[in-house]
Amino acid sequence: MHLDHGNDFPERHTHSAEAIRPDGTRRALRIGLGGPVGTGKTATVAALCRALRDELSIAVVTNDIYTREDAEFLLREAVLPPERISAVETGACPHTAIRDDISANLEAVEDLEDQVGPLDLVLVESGGDNLTATFSRGLVDFQIFVIDVSGGDDIPRKGGPGVTTADLLVVNKTDLAPYVGVDLEGMARDAKAQRGDLPVAFTSIKAEGGVRPVSDWVRERLAAWTAENAAA
Amino acid sequence: MAIHHVTAPVAGAAARTRPPEPFKERAARPPEPGPVRSGRPPEPFGNRAARPAGSRAALLVLADGRFPAGGHAHSGGAEPAVKTGRVRDAATLEEFCRGRLHTAGLTAAALAAAAAAGLDPLVLDEAADARTPAPALRAAARRLGRQMMRAARAAWPSPELDALAAARPRGAHQPVVLGLAARAAGLAPLDAAYASAYEAVSGPATATVRLLSLDPFDATAVLAHLAVDLDQVAGTAAEAAARAVREGAEALPAPSAPLLDITAEQHATWPVRLFAS
Repeated sequence: MHLDHGNDFPERHTHSAEAIRPDGTRRALRIGLGGPVGTGKTATVAALCRALRDELSIAVVTNDIYTREDAEFLLREAVLPPERISAVETGACPHTAIRDDISANLEAVEDLEDQVGPLDLVLVESGGDNLTATFSRGLVDFQIFVIDVSGGDDIPRKGGPGVTTADLLVVNKTDLAPYVGVDLEGMARDAKAQRGDLPVAFTSIKAEGGVRPVSDWVRERLAAWTAENAAA
Repeated sequence: MAIHHVTAPVAGAAARTRPPEPFKERAARPPEPGPVRSGRPPEPFGNRAARPAGSRAALLVLADGRFPAGGHAHSGGAEPAVKTGRVRDAATLEEFCRGRLHTAGLTAAALAAAAAAGLDPLVLDEAADARTPAPALRAAARRLGRQMMRAARAAWPSPELDALAAARPRGAHQPVVLGLAARAAGLAPLDAAYASAYEAVSGPATATVRLLSLDPFDATAVLAHLAVDLDQVAGTAAEAAARAVREGAEALPAPSAPLLDITAEQHATWPVRLFAS
């Protein structure tokens, strides 16, 4: 039984957290992308859309800090039709909108499902923030944290909730490593120490096929999640 | 400290010595009215039996700035006021907040108190539209109302909230939802008025800390200075709600701040901004 709002705390508060909706259909898998400014979150979203849009029905929610730049970048790049991209304003607090008060983002996700659904996948891109940004489990099912080599190879060692707990850590711009004197193997060791068995993808998103490790991971998550939540 | 409002501390001291009248009304709460418009079905908006016994502490939860109802993304008109230089320090923030409180704040607080008193929320939603001439502010109020609804239903599940959510899936005006949430929490109309009135000033104060890098201690002192004004506005709003219970929603006050309306419309067209409104 899946009523509009069941009595199972805490699921009730999101009303749409359950994988199976009241009408028996399955909602989209929601994946959040967070990480510091300029590491390649929007580029990753764009590349994921290009890689997956022919096989999946996708929509994107962006959370810019003070503009609609990210949404406009995605529109300009024409990775998805405009009706599949929605921008949430965050009042100078991007981490609040994805963690402490997720209501605006939930509404954006639900509206996209209502307006262009059914969807297989919704990507929620956070505004560029700092190493402590994580998504609420009330908003997304999985989260990707994007850092880059030019931010310094000590980021994985420093840890923080994003680096240590994200379901996938993407270390972007590996092609720049030689120019910024970064030790990729050291980064991998530090990441392993911080994250245990959680996966890390070293890649250069802008290179041909660079998004592959990320898109493969998304496909796996979607397959597993779909199997877990097979419509009753 | 850059606050030059000398009368506030004096008035504050006076307020502390006088009997806590705003709260007295709670004990002598007027008998629960039936739905005001008899033309509407009394269920479930008129369902009193489902109301839990109230705990006063629920007011702290409802009025907490961390209540996850979307307020953090809105400046309450502070962003355009900062941009034009009307708000530039603690003193001008206090004047801005006082102005907003006694105009749009009073209107919102009365709507919230009326919803908490049991007036038909759909009638109040129309009354809110009539009192909100700026389309940008109507849109913001409905968006915030929808977000408030989600948080309220999680915190205080109630058939009345469910019914309003079903009737206004895109969101009712925020003060109406806030009032109904207070009602679901078992709070009194005056409590709802306090929560709404406080929000009218705490929103711009918090936003100004971010916009101006204003000293957060100064911003908090501004809010403390406004305590007497808050008592006044909440009391007036609750009285108006009690009148509206007898006479209908037309009895609710309708002051507005034209400059807030105008700058809200301008703000909505800005390509680059920190806050949604």
